[in-house]
Amino acid sequence: MSTLLEVRNLSVKFPTRSGMFEAVRDISFSLGKERLGIVGESGSGKSITGRSILRLIRPPGILKADRIDLQGTDLLTLSEKQMRDIRGHKISMIMQDPKFSLNPVMRIGEQICEAYRLHNKASKSQARQKTLDMLDAVMIRDPLRVFKAYPHEMSGGMAQRVMIAMMLIPDPQILIADEPTSALDVTVQKEVLEIMDKLVRERGMGLIFISHDLNVVSAFCDRVLIMYAGRIVETCPADKLHEAKHPYTQGLLNSLPQLEKPVDRLEVLQRDEAWRSAPSIDSIVNTQAKQ
Amino acid sequence: MSSTPSTTKNTQVQSWREWLNSDTPTSRRQAKLSAWYRAWLALRSNPMAMFGLLILAALVFIALFAPVLAPHDPFEQNLAARLTPPGEGGYILGSDSLGRDILSRLMYGSRITLYIVALVALMAPIVGLLVGTAAGYIGGWLDVVLMRLTDIFLAFPRLVLALAFVSALGAGIENAVLAIVLTAWPPYARIARAETLTIRGADYIHAIKLQGAGTMRVITRHIWPLCISSLIIRVTLDMAGIILTAAGLGFLGLGAQPPSPEWGAMISAGRKFILDHWWVATMPGLAIFTVSLAFNLLGDGLRDVLDPKKNTK
Amino acid sequence: MATTTTIEPGKRRRKPPLFSWIKGISQVLFTVLVTMVGLLFVTFIIGRVMPIDPVLSIVGESATNDVYEAAYRELGLDKPLFMQFLIFLGDVFRGDFGESLLTARPVSEDLIRVFPATLELATVGTIIGVLLGVPLGVIAAVKQGSWIDHLARVVALIGYSMPVFWIGLIGLLVFYGMLGWVGGPGRLDIFYVDVVPSVTGMILVDSLLAGDMVVFKNAVSHIILPAGLLAYYSLAYISRMTRSFMLEQLDQEYITTARVKGLSENAVIWRHALGNVKVPLITVIALSYAGLLEGSVLTETIFAWPGIGLYITTALLSADMNAVLGGTVVVGLVFVCLNIFSDLLYKIFDPRAK
Repeated sequence: MSTLLEVRNLSVKFPTRSGMFEAVRDISFSLGKERLGIVGESGSGKSITGRSILRLIRPPGILKADRIDLQGTDLLTLSEKQMRDIRGHKISMIMQDPKFSLNPVMRIGEQICEAYRLHNKASKSQARQKTLDMLDAVMIRDPLRVFKAYPHEMSGGMAQRVMIAMMLIPDPQILIADEPTSALDVTVQKEVLEIMDKLVRERGMGLIFISHDLNVVSAFCDRVLIMYAGRIVETCPADKLHEAKHPYTQGLLNSLPQLEKPVDRLEVLQRDEAWRSAPSIDSIVNTQAKQ
Repeated sequence: MSSTPSTTKNTQVQSWREWLNSDTPTSRRQAKLSAWYRAWLALRSNPMAMFGLLILAALVFIALFAPVLAPHDPFEQNLAARLTPPGEGGYILGSDSLGRDILSRLMYGSRITLYIVALVALMAPIVGLLVGTAAGYIGGWLDVVLMRLTDIFLAFPRLVLALAFVSALGAGIENAVLAIVLTAWPPYARIARAETLTIRGADYIHAIKLQGAGTMRVITRHIWPLCISSLIIRVTLDMAGIILTAAGLGFLGLGAQPPSPEWGAMISAGRKFILDHWWVATMPGLAIFTVSLAFNLLGDGLRDVLDPKKNTK
Repeated sequence: MATTTTIEPGKRRRKPPLFSWIKGISQVLFTVLVTMVGLLFVTFIIGRVMPIDPVLSIVGESATNDVYEAAYRELGLDKPLFMQFLIFLGDVFRGDFGESLLTARPVSEDLIRVFPATLELATVGTIIGVLLGVPLGVIAAVKQGSWIDHLARVVALIGYSMPVFWIGLIGLLVFYGMLGWVGGPGRLDIFYVDVVPSVTGMILVDSLLAGDMVVFKNAVSHIILPAGLLAYYSLAYISRMTRSFMLEQLDQEYITTARVKGLSENAVIWRHALGNVKVPLITVIALSYAGLLEGSVLTETIFAWPGIGLYITTALLSADMNAVLGGTVVVGLVFVCLNIFSDLLYKIFDPRAK
């Protein structure tokens, strides 16, 4: 497994009326051709981490890191123009709610073609054919109709597949999925996840899966990072998640209802101030050479 | 020893401030006052709004003390000194075609401006409030009829409608006020209706109704107070428009009648001399511009402070 | 295992298109009808409460009682108010507003003559206002807090605070009286009047049709100041609204999507964000256009521009009631039509409104 992405000492800050808010504090991690889950409660900095990789933190937010290394290129040293060639082309992202993340006044086909033609020299008809193929690949039954439809004519599950098609059409190496199913009906969540999983595997991509749902993450990912208050507090293989040691992870697990072990009263997560100040866990998996 | 009284005063001010800034108000009055206090602090940090407020305070001061402040009688004619340029012969802003002091006329004219603005700002929102809350709360055919009526008035171009009204009622300040009110109420009715519709379904309104409160009581005691703040914001933003419309009517000869020193009418009178004696029309125009700019600056600042949606950005 | 599912795009039940189309049209027509009749009723009432005796203005002060009575009956003033209104309605729908006292011609003819002048002025004003106001608003929103944002704010505040009749006078004083850069009041210099045949009534268009560049240049020099003034007012309003619409859109998640795709900031702003702002902006532009058509009353007075605003005010001051009512009805009608037009455009441009 070779390393696709390596992030060293990433911090993100936002100025607020009551001083600086540190959303992400000095975290380091790496990603190979694997499925990496990032778990944490809302406000733990997991989404900000995803957006930082694409350098999408808008001012007045401040992004700092020693390196964000994409296969030998430090993204931090690139110009905004060079960065645009990375976005979509090398690293892509799927957002939480497809209802808001698709442009409401553009036809679906137009939006996907736009993504394709941005990074590939292709004629309109080539792009159109490619788009229809991609829609087919995300298991859309009537690609032609969807091609001409507007986002509001889609159900949530359909729209999220369109989103996946749009983000995968330029053939990126890394996909960041930021709570891709949280806004969907429970019934279609699994389908969407399976489609995404299948495509990511087939194309040999790296996936960063951001979620607050421990069960989904442990089922779909290879490795998990647990974030709390802007830091990584624990990292472990996904199938070992239930043996997690950190009290925060245990607390999260215990606050979930389980069919096999019903309890009268679910535990309430007790937070410890010490977790906040403890240093971040280094989560870089170095396969080439041990340092 | 001698510093004791001032220290106590200081600590008193301090504790007042603390009481106002408290995050945990103990009474409804404290919560309300501290909300106002914080709004005031936010407004005070906006220099443009404070500038507007300062100009308006000066305007009120001038209007109140016009007889003391004015260097001349605003109606006194002096044909020997007609059309004196600014700064000459004791006429700071010059004199008009009848030799009247423009500065003094402007000072007295501020009374007319304030009078018109105050009347319209009181009457139009009240008409709108009555129509809007009745339509929104009672609903049914009354809502349909009242809102159609509102639409009809909205469809009319405002100045043309005001012109037609004034010409029907006869020229004069009071009729100009009435005409402006008649054209200005529909937006307030819309706002009040929208607010009422959101309040109407609230649980506490149901609770009050279960306790036996009648329609009138619900509207007057529970809906009106909640509509007022959004109407106030809107009215501050509209003030400049009211001044401009009133001045426009005056300019067309349909507002205050001569020899009254109404600013719009003064511009109209100076129009004939604009090419050779620019100051006669320019000075009252500057006065109108300054005052409406002040209202706009204040209104803009108030909206930033009171509109919670903008506050978070 | 991923399976092909049976979720169809658009789960909504579809009505037969013809049915909903007819329903939509008839709803619009009904609204227009009610608004128009209401508008006419208000105008009618204003005409009736006028302190001017319409009979006296026809027969003159020295008429005998018999003559007066005859004219009174001829005008239908002996009938009940409701009947009078119906007669008035009938006349208006036939395009008959009576005769103007001032010009001694049918009011409808006068209106057809003066309206193009107003239309020309307001159209030029709106075009300039949109061309400058939309980009200014967009840039102010994108560079929130920069000097250009502050400039846009000051421009708008001054626009909202300046009496149009005053700044028009100052403009004439400076640019015509002192600098001589522009033509004076009126649409043309006196020796160019009636040189080109009137086709549309808009001199800019007529002179181009006739290929007479001298007249065209003269017309431009006359229109530039009043139209520029109106343009400033529409710019103030349009740039403010564009800015707030843009700010709202730039916060949306689809903007992030566009950036994630790797689009340039220009494409994100002008294609994606402005594409969504376009929809509400149409209403704003229509409103501003309507505002210029009516707001030109004062501008036309200052610049002696022979349009509908000047016509109404002149008629008012000489108690020419038929002309006032006719003018008011036409202005109101234009207002209503523009509103409907913007509604229709809204439905065309916003896919969600269908």
